Amino acid sequence: MLKRVHFPSSPLPYLLVAPQILITLVFFIWPASRAMYQSFLVEDSFGQSTEFVWLENFSYLLQNDLYLATFGRTMLFSAAVAILSMSFAVILAGFADRVIRGATLYRTLLIWPYAVAPVLAGALWVFMFNPTLGIFPYILEFVDYDWNHYLNGNQAMLLVILAAAWKQVAYNFLFYLAAMQSIPRSLIEAAAIDGAGPIYRFRTLIFPLISPTTFFLLVINAIYAFFDTFGIVHAITQGGPAGSTTILVYKVFNDGFIGLDLGSSAAQSVILMFLVIVMTVIQFRYVEKRVEY
Amino acid sequence: MIENRPYLAFMSHLVLIFGVAIVALPIWITFVAATHDEIRMLRAPIPMLPGGYFWENLKETLFGSGLESLQRVSVWRMLLNSLAMAMMISIGKIAISLISAFAIVYFKFPFRMGFFWMIFVTLMLPVEVRILPTFEVVASLGMLNSYWGLSVPLIASATATFMFRQVFLTIPDEMLESARIDGAGPLRFFWDILIPLSRTNIAALFVILFIYGWNQYLWPLLITTDDDMTTIVMSIKHMLEAAEVSPQWNIIMMTALLAMMPPVLVVVAMQKLFVQGLTETDK
Repeated sequence: MLKRVHFPSSPLPYLLVAPQILITLVFFIWPASRAMYQSFLVEDSFGQSTEFVWLENFSYLLQNDLYLATFGRTMLFSAAVAILSMSFAVILAGFADRVIRGATLYRTLLIWPYAVAPVLAGALWVFMFNPTLGIFPYILEFVDYDWNHYLNGNQAMLLVILAAAWKQVAYNFLFYLAAMQSIPRSLIEAAAIDGAGPIYRFRTLIFPLISPTTFFLLVINAIYAFFDTFGIVHAITQGGPAGSTTILVYKVFNDGFIGLDLGSSAAQSVILMFLVIVMTVIQFRYVEKRVEY
Repeated sequence: MIENRPYLAFMSHLVLIFGVAIVALPIWITFVAATHDEIRMLRAPIPMLPGGYFWENLKETLFGSGLESLQRVSVWRMLLNSLAMAMMISIGKIAISLISAFAIVYFKFPFRMGFFWMIFVTLMLPVEVRILPTFEVVASLGMLNSYWGLSVPLIASATATFMFRQVFLTIPDEMLESARIDGAGPLRFFWDILIPLSRTNIAALFVILFIYGWNQYLWPLLITTDDDMTTIVMSIKHMLEAAEVSPQWNIIMMTALLAMMPPVLVVVAMQKLFVQGLTETDK
């Protein structure tokens, strides 16, 4: 932690950490404690008086079918995004690892969606699936399938998942490719000499060896799907139709800024904070150690 | 090369080209939409090959009236706002993380670990989970509709501080010993030795943070009500809403292209630094 050789104590280090600590206190710790405090309050409908109600907001949320449905939906959404983008990325990385010429070119062509803002990704996908103009509804018409994500909740969810997974493929691909390229070639050569074909090698050698990366990416993808997909949902469906794409982060925003139900929104924020803390702990405790076999 | 399997090599390229095509498809369609005129973009099926209106649309978007139903601010102004926000966030984050990592690694002072954990906590509090109370703080400080309000609340960074701490820990102790023998004080050592030694790390981090800053959406959406402070990324949402009234898809998609161009160019041009930054910060 500390250097063996270091400077003696003086006022200087306090000045050096001051900006970071000040911002942390004013914009992180203070608002988070406010949220914590507000989550114990209920405000009447006219904003005239507030009442301290202990855990009533939480017990209300945890018994509220709408909230529980949102919770389940968020889980489903994150799982779908993680599985879809990770499996797409692992396949591409597996082939890119084999390619001798042009691997860097493929990497360049695959990683840039990382730089596209979530809301822009949403805009691109919503344009492709626009019921009257989009290219996909037009193609789907030939097989007599009616696409309208403004009316059909499942289609809306599918579209949000596709857009979110598309944006994350770049990140997963990069980490999978790096993991595969760091496997010693001699190991793979030995397996090849023993007569293992490419698919068999991938299944029994490469995939187990990159399992730490898979685990790490699962956590990162879950965090991404939970918190970074607000823009995608906001651009594509705004949580609709009939709340069928409302995920937890979107609900906090919606209840707090649109519905102005401060107590409930704060309680939801606290639950989300708790989830982030759990995921961060998992990431640090298990991912740092890496998976052993 | 493990073994010679020409069919498999061919297959690999085929799959990769297919993968690239899928990944690039949304951008291709956007680009094509930005190269046609308004009338053509109203007729299904929309074209899949570029048309001849790219420059007209670019001129219209940048210098013309833009979207008819949405004459708010010029695209120039929005690009400038985005650039200012992205630069302030990334430079601010790097600056305060550098000095706090320096203090934590190179000084022994009371509450050192306390400060360290306080910074660590920020990792657990993304903007999305504390939007409402943070908004209240910013509003009460009178920072709504300002560049300060757009950037300062996002500047504290545990990941950047950790990364610089890691970098500083790998710098040999002899550096400091010899610097002190030569009579360098802490600030001199920081400026003349630490900063030059961590130059590539700073650059790699800058790439990641620039993308992070440019792509901010929820935060600017909340704290800017003044049209003059709109960022280009935010404007897309307004345009999608306006599209229901006057669907000028050519202009909308041209704006989308302009909005994604700077971070994408940064990634492609500085790919090596980007990959380094991504793997070093692990996020």
